Amino acid sequence: MAETIGFLQPKQAVITRRREIVADLSDLLPEGCLISDERGLKPFETDAFIAYRRMPLAVALPETTEQVAALLRYCSRYGVPVVPRGAGTSLSGGAIPQEDAVVIGLSKMSRILDIDLFNRTATVQAGVTNLNISEAVSADGFFYAPDPSSQLACTIGGNIGMNSGGAHCLKYGVTTNNLLGVKMVLFDGTVVELGGKALDAAGYDLLGLVCGSEGQLGIVAEATVRLIAKPEGARPVLFGFSSSEAAGACVADVIGSGIIPVAIEFMDKPAIEICEAFAHAGYPLDVEALLIVEVEGSEPEMDAMLASIVAVARRHGVATIKECQTAMEAAAIWKGRKSAFGATGRIADYICMDGTVPLSQLSHVLARTGEIVASYGLRVANVFHAGDGNMHPLILYNINDPDDAARAEAAGNDILKLCVDAGGCLTGEHGVGIEKRDLMLHQYTQTDLDQQMAARAAFDPQWILNPSKVFPLEGRPAA
Amino acid sequence: MQTNFTPAQLADPHVAESEAILRKCVHCGFCTATCPTYVTLGDELDSPRGRIYLIKDMLENDRAADKETVTHIDRCLSCLACTTTCPSGVDYMHLVDHARVHIEKTYRRPFKDRLVRSVLAAVLPYPQRFRLSLKAAGLARPFAGLMKRMPLLKTFGVMLDLAPGSVPEPSASAIPGVHSPKNKRVGRVALLSGCAQPVLKPEINEATIRLLTRFGVEVVVSSGEGCCGALVHHMGRENQALEAARRNVDAWLKVADEGGLDAIVITASGCGTTIKDYGHMLRLDPDYAEKAARVSALAKDITEYLATLDLPEQEARGMTLAYHSACSMQHGQKITTAPKQLLKRAGFLVRDPAEGHLCCGSAGTYNILQPEISAKLKARKVRNIEATKPDAIATGNIGCITQIASGTKIPILHTVELLDWAYGGAKPEGL
Repeated sequence: MAETIGFLQPKQAVITRRREIVADLSDLLPEGCLISDERGLKPFETDAFIAYRRMPLAVALPETTEQVAALLRYCSRYGVPVVPRGAGTSLSGGAIPQEDAVVIGLSKMSRILDIDLFNRTATVQAGVTNLNISEAVSADGFFYAPDPSSQLACTIGGNIGMNSGGAHCLKYGVTTNNLLGVKMVLFDGTVVELGGKALDAAGYDLLGLVCGSEGQLGIVAEATVRLIAKPEGARPVLFGFSSSEAAGACVADVIGSGIIPVAIEFMDKPAIEICEAFAHAGYPLDVEALLIVEVEGSEPEMDAMLASIVAVARRHGVATIKECQTAMEAAAIWKGRKSAFGATGRIADYICMDGTVPLSQLSHVLARTGEIVASYGLRVANVFHAGDGNMHPLILYNINDPDDAARAEAAGNDILKLCVDAGGCLTGEHGVGIEKRDLMLHQYTQTDLDQQMAARAAFDPQWILNPSKVFPLEGRPAA
Repeated sequence: MQTNFTPAQLADPHVAESEAILRKCVHCGFCTATCPTYVTLGDELDSPRGRIYLIKDMLENDRAADKETVTHIDRCLSCLACTTTCPSGVDYMHLVDHARVHIEKTYRRPFKDRLVRSVLAAVLPYPQRFRLSLKAAGLARPFAGLMKRMPLLKTFGVMLDLAPGSVPEPSASAIPGVHSPKNKRVGRVALLSGCAQPVLKPEINEATIRLLTRFGVEVVVSSGEGCCGALVHHMGRENQALEAARRNVDAWLKVADEGGLDAIVITASGCGTTIKDYGHMLRLDPDYAEKAARVSALAKDITEYLATLDLPEQEARGMTLAYHSACSMQHGQKITTAPKQLLKRAGFLVRDPAEGHLCCGSAGTYNILQPEISAKLKARKVRNIEATKPDAIATGNIGCITQIASGTKIPILHTVELLDWAYGGAKPEGL
């Protein structure tokens, strides 16, 4: 494919010193923690945004915060760009390296350091997976609330980088609402602690700035997160509709009525078929759109909330309502939903959009999305966090066909612009990465971006951290 | 994922198959999370996604395997946890099979590796040789510590550690013949005798024959059958594996054609996974493709077959079992509930240890070839099993039995031994 998204030109001074840099880095790490041969580097050339690939200079897999600090101290001294990587599940290319960059992968830093049930916090290394946190406290009746669909694999460090959301964030908030503190290594190797076990820290909310900064303000090595008590019960219910627009309008009406269930997820017919094929969850196959609505609490609480949701759904002509009967059914419903993107691989390659719109615009944007994708001669599957208005059209295409790929990318850009024009934003939870970087000026003015870049430069004056991402390459401050 | 193969490359049916597999992968990374080696080592190169990428790069470039690639493919346990996790339906098993054959063809291993692999391939699949080796191991055991300190003999020292203290005498259950049902005949099955299992633990097939005949099933131990070929298959020694497969296909179809067969019953899930794949392994062999597919369709794990017999519910026995699902059972054959339901119905309390999806580190010859990773996985597995405080451990694969038994004092038995006991057989030894 002719690449439309560019990367920074690799620094020749770094490339020519490659051998020396590799030798120096290997002195900073234990054996088996540095990858520098061409074969071994290849699998790190991309993440889950596979249309774009760049080979890294080297991949460092530190085991301790001190090693992360030593690596950054070295890289900043010699102006070597650094790309942080968690589990490499980014859908926006956040972890894609570049030829002159050292990837710092946190995958070996996967220990849970402290679980404090009394204060309801967990402190973990950045490479711990999202789900591991919940699993570690599940027997004690707690969980970590933000649940990106990739929670099985994605790391808490990556979640912080992208301020990740998830199905259950409608009620519990996204990463930033559940993050209490980080131990972060700055560009020059300085280790700082932001926040702590308390809900708010004195002074500036730097933690809020760091959360969602896509690895550009520092590398988070440890994080302290909130634990939430598990509800008494939880029940996902399936609502089938004869059109996507009706389902979209129903979502807006539910939220508009002041009802906040734990989750409202949307799937259109193509997405239902894809997910059913993988999870055998019993999704209705004879509807055009499906909402998975989860309520939780005591039985009477769930019954009451469900009754009011059913009343709203009936006003929107709901065709089928299916309550799941067993915990196994509930697990299958969520497994299907959370595997939706991967399961799409069964039928086609895809790029996944992440625009977020006001709920009043949901039906309109859904309809327009279908038209846009059709106008490029492609197909779309929609599966997303409807309650948050966080849309994920999956544009289906054939990655081996350059023309198809170009059309998919163009359709994606049109959809994201549509979301912004409808009063929404480019990204709800996947981050800007490289994917949406060049659309940032559709969302912001140059002045807005200048201010954001000034904040970035305060943390990383050399711009060595994940430098090709987030900000359009044009209009950056001169080096 | 995007692939780059030329039409000439795709003319090779093995490459064409691998290309189709690679095209399904969307690089989502879910597989990394349930991969035992990634969880242990924290390096993507030791994860399914990393290996898929390494294999893709090697095949696309028509390149001989190199040390780096081989190192990471060799560390794969073939537990197939990734295929259970993968939402896209990537057929990792056949991709890594292809890679192993490619490695075997294009890569010259260091002398020590070649020696160890040749010894394993020449001994393990042959019960008589294996028995002799184990007896010799008994004599050599005092030297195990010394051997493990010598680079060339280190692996043999590891083997000595794994060898059982005593070798049971040859069992009648492994001799070809027909075992008649004790009651009205309700079925007829062939039972895989196999290679290592009858030498290490003949009680398993003895219990199987007792249990099946008690419930009216005629059991045939076919003349001419032998090792299923899995051991050499996983080493990439394809000709040897296909030879084993053809020999077994012939042996079982002879029995089927003589008196009909409802199933080919397998009591080692590792073998079951391979026999169920005979149809695929021999798909390009015009003389055997159809026959092998027939055998694969007949192949059943013992618990799959027992589940069709509707065994009566037994009274509670007050015994708690930790059920260890072998990877070849849960990931290879996707059999997850049948063994536990059978045990519960037979009156046992059954518990699921945490991290049940993770391999115990046995994985065929893995505990011999990759002792460090294997030992870590064993310790983790034993910790999780012991946390359920069971009276005994039940599982369906001889490899896991040997591996886990070497790490815990809790007795470990094959599911069918416990079922035989529950349905009138003698109490298994070791309980």
